[in-house]
Amino acid sequence: MKQQLNIVVNGEPHELFIEPKTLLVQVLREHLGLTGTHQACDSSSCAACTVVVDGMAVKSCSILALQVNGREITTVEGLAQEKSLHPIQQAFIDNWAFQCGFCTSGQIMATKALLDENPDPTREEIQAQLDGHLCRCTGYNMINEAVRDAAKRLKARKDLESQKWLQTAKSGKGAK
Amino acid sequence: MKEFSIIGKPTPNVDGPAKVTGEAQYTIDMTLPHMLYGKLLRSPYPHARILSIDTSEAEKLPGVKAVITGKDTPGGKWGLWRRFRELSDQQALATDKVRFIGDPVAAVAATTEEIAEKALDLIEVDYEPLPAVFDPIEAIKDDAPMVHEDFPSNINATRHIEWGDVDDAFAKADYIREDRFVLEAAHPCAMEVHNSLASYDKGTGRLTVWTSTGSPYFVQLNLAEALKMREGDIRVIKPHVGGHFGGKNSTMPDAVNAAILSMKTGRPVKIVFNRDEEFTTTEHRTAQHMALKLGLKKNGEIVAFEVKAMTNGGAYTGLGATTLYLTGTFITMPYKIPNYRYDGVRTYTNIVWGTSIRGFGAVPGKYCSETQLDRAAKDLGVDPLEIRRLNAVAPGYTAPGQYTFESCGIQPCIEKMVVRVKEKWPTIEKDEGIGYCGFAYMSGGIFNWIDTPYAYSSAHIKVNWDGTVDLYSQAADVGQGHNTVAAMICAEELGIGIEDIRLHMGDTAHAYTDLGAWGSRETLMNGNAIKDAASQVKQKLIDIARLKLGENIAYDLVARNKRIFLELRPERGLSYYDLVKDAIRQNDGVPLTGTGHYTPHNKGMISPAYGMGIMAIKAKVDRGTGHVTARDVLVVHDSGQIINPLGARGQVEGSIHMGLGYGLCEEMPMDQGMLLNPEFVDYKILRTRDMPEIEILEVPTYEPNGPFGAKEAAEATIAPAAPALANAVYQACGAEFFSNVLKPEKVLKAIRAREAKNNAASQAKE
Repeated sequence: MKQQLNIVVNGEPHELFIEPKTLLVQVLREHLGLTGTHQACDSSSCAACTVVVDGMAVKSCSILALQVNGREITTVEGLAQEKSLHPIQQAFIDNWAFQCGFCTSGQIMATKALLDENPDPTREEIQAQLDGHLCRCTGYNMINEAVRDAAKRLKARKDLESQKWLQTAKSGKGAK
Repeated sequence: MKEFSIIGKPTPNVDGPAKVTGEAQYTIDMTLPHMLYGKLLRSPYPHARILSIDTSEAEKLPGVKAVITGKDTPGGKWGLWRRFRELSDQQALATDKVRFIGDPVAAVAATTEEIAEKALDLIEVDYEPLPAVFDPIEAIKDDAPMVHEDFPSNINATRHIEWGDVDDAFAKADYIREDRFVLEAAHPCAMEVHNSLASYDKGTGRLTVWTSTGSPYFVQLNLAEALKMREGDIRVIKPHVGGHFGGKNSTMPDAVNAAILSMKTGRPVKIVFNRDEEFTTTEHRTAQHMALKLGLKKNGEIVAFEVKAMTNGGAYTGLGATTLYLTGTFITMPYKIPNYRYDGVRTYTNIVWGTSIRGFGAVPGKYCSETQLDRAAKDLGVDPLEIRRLNAVAPGYTAPGQYTFESCGIQPCIEKMVVRVKEKWPTIEKDEGIGYCGFAYMSGGIFNWIDTPYAYSSAHIKVNWDGTVDLYSQAADVGQGHNTVAAMICAEELGIGIEDIRLHMGDTAHAYTDLGAWGSRETLMNGNAIKDAASQVKQKLIDIARLKLGENIAYDLVARNKRIFLELRPERGLSYYDLVKDAIRQNDGVPLTGTGHYTPHNKGMISPAYGMGIMAIKAKVDRGTGHVTARDVLVVHDSGQIINPLGARGQVEGSIHMGLGYGLCEEMPMDQGMLLNPEFVDYKILRTRDMPEIEILEVPTYEPNGPFGAKEAAEATIAPAAPALANAVYQACGAEFFSNVLKPEKVLKAIRAREAKNNAASQAKE
């Protein structure tokens, strides 16, 4: 018997009818066409399929879609702004933090969850967060550097935003 | 050294935006309207005769659109060693007998993957199990079961290499040592499994296949053989590929059976292996036995070297026969070996077959030779770095009848290593050791087992009115970053920007042939072809600029910074964009084109150029548990002129990851041909916390055969990781290893053996 699933993915609400055994990764890839999330194993041991569910990094192959009913999900497709990449994405490019790119969306989404929670992680904290993520190409060091670089970029962006806010407040522009 | 605008500058991956946003499409991400899902039924026996197959129940299952067995296939056999027809031993589905656990016997196409899987359960196969053979030494015995009836003693291939007078040199050597080794298999573990999507057009009789491959051209050739079609009626497209590592050279049953099922049903069919199938039925690094005999002078100078290899080839050939040859050649590099003899035998056995995994040939052989060299150095009281320096080759060195190093930075690499090691690790802790390994690897193979009548690499460029350049080649970016390298080489030659280049790569219908990504060939071979194509266009632009500028003909014109100008008077020049417009006008409105190609000529038996260097690993051994930790890695390497420092570093780091895995934890234990660890839960690849920091130093040379002086950076640094690690453990505690996976139990055993040896020696003294 199919059941109703209501989820918000990358800000868009979706209403679907699915078999209860359907995995989240299947809903994302097969029902919603979000193929940026990849699956590289059948044993919940590669973490390539990691997405962010309500702020938490989750392996989408290891959770039933119905378990996230009513939740908000962010996939790699939901990170970039209209005209610019997310600082994590840009940091991954600038640091050559991927080669084949197949596991990259999982690495990026785990990084997103980490940096939202811990904006200035140490090498050890990064390794702890990404330890389950298998990558056959990079040897990981360049990924770790990208994560540290992304943290710096996010901090710089935040500083800039707060400066802007302060300046705007000071200038007294806007409605009075 | 020549000044470049683009070459040598750290350049982000041109596929980056697609890969970090999820927009990059891999074959596994593709679907087509009306598409069916294919699945393969595989043999549970390592060796068995097929008596009968009953597919009637499977055919009745709603949703099943086709069920095929061997008799429904066109029956063509294929392989990469096309030049030797008897080695074209792969087939779509087994007809008479199965040769390993996982050999496919039937295929199903259905409307969903689930239905296809259910249908497999309904197929009845009646097997007569046959005696099987799993080890190469057993396989060559007279009474061994025959894997292929027409190959007596299960000998798939043999190689003999010899130069100098080996026996005479051994007779005169001051020191001789002999060691035997057993090397374990390892899986490439690409993150994207093998998968293919085939679409056959019944109206035209033409086939299109999208597949996760390292060589669309090989797949096109092999499909033509398997399906008994013309190559030209088959188009193979390589979308983004989620990793290759040597496991995606052969055409596998996914592509062939998807094609046959599509021909049968008239609908697109996609076959995706699951991870278990990937581990159990796709190619791996060959397990092998090796015996080495080394003769030295007292000072450590090599005078003679003899190597014997017996490889566990498995059920089919793949590129295993080439691996056998390269095992016998890379093991000699980068050292002067005046007298050398190699005999290698590749045997057919009843396991999945071994092939050309990253660093093929070099990885098992170097493990043996470099650990042996350390033991010999210790016996002679020579420093391990000194023995490598003493024997290292110089530019112009030739191994008779085999190879010549034109550019060759091994000696400066070792000199740099000597200095840097002292700075980096002035002292070491208790139970720590530093191990070394020298290495060299090809920049593309010269061999033509595929029997192509075409240039080894070709590239075609078209320059449009607005100055954008369309670059077409069958060359394959499989993650190594070749697309970026290709765009950089094209842009540098034309003096324009990366953003001006549009890539159209890996499609057999749109581009001339390139043999694909294996043997670290794309930078040198495809790079040369691209440079050739671009230089043709550049020359046309220079000719027009010369006319318009009306300068003294003695002045040289160059293309740089989007201008063509007098090299000595840069202010006198014209815009690239204006010149392109003039050229197209002058050419009756036809865009500018250039078609470049490259085939190596008179460059020995292996490669036109070799990347090389030396690696040091500092490791710590826990004497209580046997646990080995690789703490720090230092590499000094010569990759010629580095094209993209970012990509080159990525290649070196990734190679070391895979090489350390080979040395520490990756193995493929089998029981009667059944793989015991076919999932990432049990097959361990190194994780981020396992990886040491890596310092990479470069010794740039200029390689005359490479584009802008470049040579390989993709594979040389995989082979040295495991032997350098084993040597570090040897230096730390004297434990000796004759096999590659340093699991704690093995290390403990080796430590105990060393202690027993030491005790015996001290007792003897007393």
